[in-house]
Amino acid sequence: MKYVDEFRDPALGEVLAGEILGLVEPGRHYKFMEVCGGHTHSIYKYGIDDLLPANVELVHGPGCPVCVIPMGRVDDGISLAHQPDVIFTCFGDMLRVPGSDGTLLDAKAEGADIRMVYSPLDALRLAKANPDRPVIFFAIGFETTAPSTALTLKRAKAEGVSNFFCMCNHVTIVPPLRALLDSPDLRLDGFIGPGHVSTVVGVRPFEFIPAEYGKPISVAGFEPLDVLHAIHMILTQLKEGRCEVENQYARVVPYDGNPRALQVMSEVFELRPHFEWRGMGFISQSGLKLSEAYADMDAEIQYGVPGIRVADPKACQCGEVLKGVIKPWECKVFGSGCTPERPIGTCMVSSEGACAAYYNYGRFAREREVV
Amino acid sequence: VASEVSEREQKVLNIIETARAKRSKFRDTQITMAHGAGGKATQSLIEGLLVPSFANDTLEAMADAGTVAVLGGNVAMTTDSFVVNPITFPGGTIGELAVNGTVNDLAMAGAKPLALTLSLILEEGLPAEILKEQVAAVAKASAEAGVPIVAGDTKVVPRGMCDQMYMCTTGMGVLDDRASLSPAALRPGDKILVSGRIGDHGTAIMLARGEFELDADITSDTMCLWPMVDTLLDQAGPSLRCLRDATRGGVASVLNELARASRVAMVINEAAVPVHPAVAGAAEILGIDPMHVANEGKMVVIVAPEAADAALAALRSAPGGEAAAIIGDCRTEPEGMVLMATAFGGKRVMDQLVGDPLPRIC
Repeated sequence: MKYVDEFRDPALGEVLAGEILGLVEPGRHYKFMEVCGGHTHSIYKYGIDDLLPANVELVHGPGCPVCVIPMGRVDDGISLAHQPDVIFTCFGDMLRVPGSDGTLLDAKAEGADIRMVYSPLDALRLAKANPDRPVIFFAIGFETTAPSTALTLKRAKAEGVSNFFCMCNHVTIVPPLRALLDSPDLRLDGFIGPGHVSTVVGVRPFEFIPAEYGKPISVAGFEPLDVLHAIHMILTQLKEGRCEVENQYARVVPYDGNPRALQVMSEVFELRPHFEWRGMGFISQSGLKLSEAYADMDAEIQYGVPGIRVADPKACQCGEVLKGVIKPWECKVFGSGCTPERPIGTCMVSSEGACAAYYNYGRFAREREVV
Repeated sequence: VASEVSEREQKVLNIIETARAKRSKFRDTQITMAHGAGGKATQSLIEGLLVPSFANDTLEAMADAGTVAVLGGNVAMTTDSFVVNPITFPGGTIGELAVNGTVNDLAMAGAKPLALTLSLILEEGLPAEILKEQVAAVAKASAEAGVPIVAGDTKVVPRGMCDQMYMCTTGMGVLDDRASLSPAALRPGDKILVSGRIGDHGTAIMLARGEFELDADITSDTMCLWPMVDTLLDQAGPSLRCLRDATRGGVASVLNELARASRVAMVINEAAVPVHPAVAGAAEILGIDPMHVANEGKMVVIVAPEAADAALAALRSAPGGEAAAIIGDCRTEPEGMVLMATAFGGKRVMDQLVGDPLPRIC
C-alpha cells in the first residue's frame, strides 16, 4: 500500500532501534505513556515493544475512547436501545463493553434493535431510510471523532431529519492528562502524544505538559516507524536536557490544528461540568454534550436516561495501572476476577488495554535485554 | 541479563496459564451473535456445552468430520448449515457454499466425499425464481465435486421467520487409506502451510452488503477442496498431520484450535502470509485482521518438516493452489499459543477472534 508501507519498513525500524539503544542511559529505567489507544494498537500489532531495550517501558494511557466509557453510561445506552421502535447505533467495539448488567451485545440478543455503524453518517442514513422510527447514535471518542458527529448533527438539522438523535459521550483529551499529571504517585518520564486528536486540536494544547509538569512529549503518527521515531525524539530530549512539545507527525498535524473542525464542534457541543471516566472517576470539564441549539436531537433530553452512577468495582485498580503506579499483575483481581473474557475494568475491556495485553502477552515480553 | 520475574508475578502468570489450558466453560445466559462467529464464544459453546453433552470419543477428537466404523471400513460424516446474507455475492451463492462447505469438511478429515443430503428452510413468499436459481447452483456444485445429493427435506416457515432461505447439508465419505490426520497430531518442527490467498470470501461478502461504500474487485474463493487434498495425499500422505479449512474465524482461529489440541506453540511469519492487496486494503480500512476473515476454499495444512516442500509443490500444482505458501512452524514453547513474527520485526500473540465483526458469513 503506497504511503503506508514506507512507514513500515523493517530495515529503517532496525536503524531507529539501534539509535534508541544508543540514547538509553545504562541503569536508568524509562517509563513513557502513549496517550492514545491507536498507539497501543500499533505497538501490539507490529510488536514494537520487542524492538526496544527492556528498560524502556511503555505505559498505556487513557486514550482508548471505548474503554473509558463508565458502566453507568453503558447502562444508559442500553436503556435507550430498549425504548419502543428505537434503532440504536454505535461503533462495533462498543458492543462488548460491560455495563452493570451486561453489554449492548446482550441487549441486542434480548431483542433491542442495535446496529453497528462505521460512521455517524451511516446512522443518519438509517434515520432517513426509517422515517417512522427514532434512530439514536451513541457517540464516543475524543476530538478525533467529535467533529464528524458535529457535522452529522448539523446536516440532520439542515435537512430537517426529525427522527435522528445523539447520545453524546464525547470527551476531551487535555483534562484526563492533567488529572494524571496531578496525581502525586505518577511515575512517567515522557509522553507519546495523540496524533489523530492533534490533527483537530493541534499541538499547542500540550504545551502545558513540559511547561507546568516538566515532562517531554512528542505528538506521533500511528505507523510503527512513527512510534519508534517519537520514542527516539523523547529520549533525545532527555539526553540533551531539553523538555518541550515536539511534533513527529508534522506531515498531518498542523501546530494550530484544524480551525474549521474546532469551529463546528463549538457550534454543536458544549462542555459538561464534569464527566465520569471508567477507572479514573469524575474529571471536571472533560466531556461534551449537545449545545442548546441541538437539544431537540439530544437523546438524553428527549428520552431521558436513568443516569444512575455505577461505581467501578472496588477491587479494580485500573486508575493505578493507567498512572503507571502498579503493573497489571499487581492488581488484586487481575487474572482471577478480571479476565479478557469477563472484564471488570477499562484496562481489560479492549484487547489493547494494558491488562488485556499483559494477560495475553506478558510471559513473552521478557526476552528483551536490559541495558 | 534477562529481567527478573518476581515470585509473585510468576504466581499470577501460572494462574493465567492454568486457566488457559482448561476447557472453556459455557457460562453465558443467552446466545449472542458472537456464539456463531467461530471465535472464542463459539469455542465455549462447543467445548462447554455440546461436546460434554454428547460425550463420545469421536466427537471429542473435534475434527471437521466424525468417523464411524462400518462393516470393516471407516465412514466419515459431517453436517453444516448455511445462512449467508446476501444469498448471492461475487464469486458464489448460498447453494455453492452448501455443497463445497460440507464436502470440504469431509476432505479435511482425509475422507473422499461420496454423498450429500440437502435440507431447505424456505421463507413464505420467496420467489420461485430465486429458489430455482439456488437449486441449480447446488446441482452444478454437486456435479463439479462429483458428489450426488441422495436425500433431502423441505420446510417452509412464515414470512419473517427466516431470511429468504437457509440450507443444511450432511455429507458422507470414506476415509482415505493414505491419510492419518488428527488435530492432536502436530509436533514441534512441523511446517504450517496455507493453500492460497486468505480472507477473500469474508471480504467479498462484506463488500457485497454495500454497508461500507467500498468498492474492490474481490470474489469469494468458494471451491471444492477434495481434488487438492487428493493430490496432497498422493505427494505427502504419511507426513501430513492435519488439514483444516479456514472458514469462520479465519486462519487465526484454526491455528489456535490446533495449537491447543496438540499442545504446541506456533510462530507465523507475517510477511509470508499470502493476502490479495485489495483484501489487505479493505482490512486496513476496517481495522480487521485478514487472519480473522472467513475463507470458503482455503485450507491450513500442517506437515512434517521433511515433507513441507513436497506438500507445497502439491498444493501449487492443484487448481486454486497457485498462491500456496509455507507461513510458519510449530515450536515447543509457549504451549497452546500462536505467535506472529510481524513484518516490522516484532512479535505478538495472534489470538482467536473475539466477538463478531461480521455476522452471517456462510
